[in-house]
Amino acid sequence: MSLIKHHEKVETNVLVLTLGIFLTVIIGGIVEIVPLFSIESTIEKVQGVRPYTPLEQAGRDIYIREGCYNCHSQMVRPFRDEVERYGHYSLAAESKYDHPFQWGSKRTGPDLARVGGKYSNEWHTRHLINPRSVVPESIMPGYPHLMRELNYDDIGARLATLRVVGVPYTDEQITNAKALLEAQATDGLDEVLEQFPKARSGNLDGNPEKITEMDALVAYLQVLGTMVDFAEFDPAAANAYR
Amino acid sequence: MAGTPEKDAITGQHTTGHEWDGIRELNTPLPKWWVYVFWACVVFSVGYVVAYPAIPFTNSFSSGMLGYSSRAEVEVEMQQAALAHKDQIDAIAAKSLDEIAADPALRNYAMAGGQVVFKENCAPCHQSGGAGAFGFPTLADDEWIWGGTLDDIYTTLQHGIRWEGNADTRLSEMPAFGADGILEPAQIDAVANYVVSLASGAPQTGSDGAVLFEEQCAACHGFEGEGQTMLGAPALNNQLWLYAGDIEALKAQIYKPKHGVMPAWGGRLDDADIKQAAIYVHSLGGGQ
Repeated sequence: MSLIKHHEKVETNVLVLTLGIFLTVIIGGIVEIVPLFSIESTIEKVQGVRPYTPLEQAGRDIYIREGCYNCHSQMVRPFRDEVERYGHYSLAAESKYDHPFQWGSKRTGPDLARVGGKYSNEWHTRHLINPRSVVPESIMPGYPHLMRELNYDDIGARLATLRVVGVPYTDEQITNAKALLEAQATDGLDEVLEQFPKARSGNLDGNPEKITEMDALVAYLQVLGTMVDFAEFDPAAANAYR
Repeated sequence: MAGTPEKDAITGQHTTGHEWDGIRELNTPLPKWWVYVFWACVVFSVGYVVAYPAIPFTNSFSSGMLGYSSRAEVEVEMQQAALAHKDQIDAIAAKSLDEIAADPALRNYAMAGGQVVFKENCAPCHQSGGAGAFGFPTLADDEWIWGGTLDDIYTTLQHGIRWEGNADTRLSEMPAFGADGILEPAQIDAVANYVVSLASGAPQTGSDGAVLFEEQCAACHGFEGEGQTMLGAPALNNQLWLYAGDIEALKAQIYKPKHGVMPAWGGRLDDADIKQAAIYVHSLGGGQ
């Protein structure tokens, strides 16, 4: 059996074996990953998905820092029980500006993909400070330290970094990031809304004295899953290739 | 190390021919059942690739002979589920809330459906059974800020309260009597004291507070503090409080009022779901 003889050559030569493994992994990778970039239906063509406002993006960074993804997924899967509880199943397009995405696979708490607009800002603030104050049976930890001042000196740089990986922030948005953040966290919503529809604003945490991490996180939570208007969503067209 | 495979005297199997320091390796064949399962899997995978989406092309991928799609499947599942409840849901959609409440079978159905909607969407603030919490009104008592009839509850659910982005949302704004300098601190004290007496059932008529109350508060909260649901002005002549009824809490509320917010559920929930939730909330104890 000459094939077995050749196999022995590969197995006994470290360099040839390494090259062989490398080639196999590359082929597997090309077949599995590359088509996702060229197949047109990977990301559905839907209206409304926009990059996060500077305040929402700061909130997203806090969401990741605090490890919210350890207990909360952001992916309504296409099953009846999930759709009935959370709303329309998640689209790939809805997380196209998420770097990294927060789909997750662990649900100690509920899914958050459509939590935006489900509760009032005050509820979010009280719930984050002490979840038991509004949901007696909750086992979520409290995050009272989020009432401290938000550090957003580098928010422009953060947006610029996201642009490198494909989030279409304009030069102007990056330059004005701090001003936009402050506008959303206080009263200047109109200016923010022009560029970022459906942003929620104001004094989100009930403390008008300062812009806190709570303001940012609540702004982020309140926009989750609200960008696509599903009244105008045509599943047949979006799923033509599925 | 490579050598010639030879028969091992003890096991009766051939060796691989490999030898390390006198240790040789047996070449025991795999169990037959394992080999059969392996080949069965290979054959199955060919069938799977043909039947299900599997092969990527440049701009698309093979959709498979079965045309399977998890999204199409959930659509079908949702339609089937809707079909099973079609009679009741259609009836709920077509009838007015009073008609639903008058039809015992339909009302029972709406109660069960409304309870499910309530648990998922309303209980986080209003608590289970509508018990309420600080700042989130109790739905099981007789005090209604925006009205407790079926239609009032339905409107509140549909449009929310002070909800950004809903044009018909319920809107009322009590002036910040202290923060905006409408009343002096001493006057706020007087009004707050009057409200405490009003709530206790023995109003201090003729006091400074009573005069100020008539001037400043009665237009919305009523001369007897009976409240006005048209304006979202809560009743003040009882011991039911949205926040708290002690003198300090009242002073704080008069100085700079808190304004609660409730999301608009129209657009997020189906109209039939909102109607069922209205029937359920109405039944919690306070429905008018």
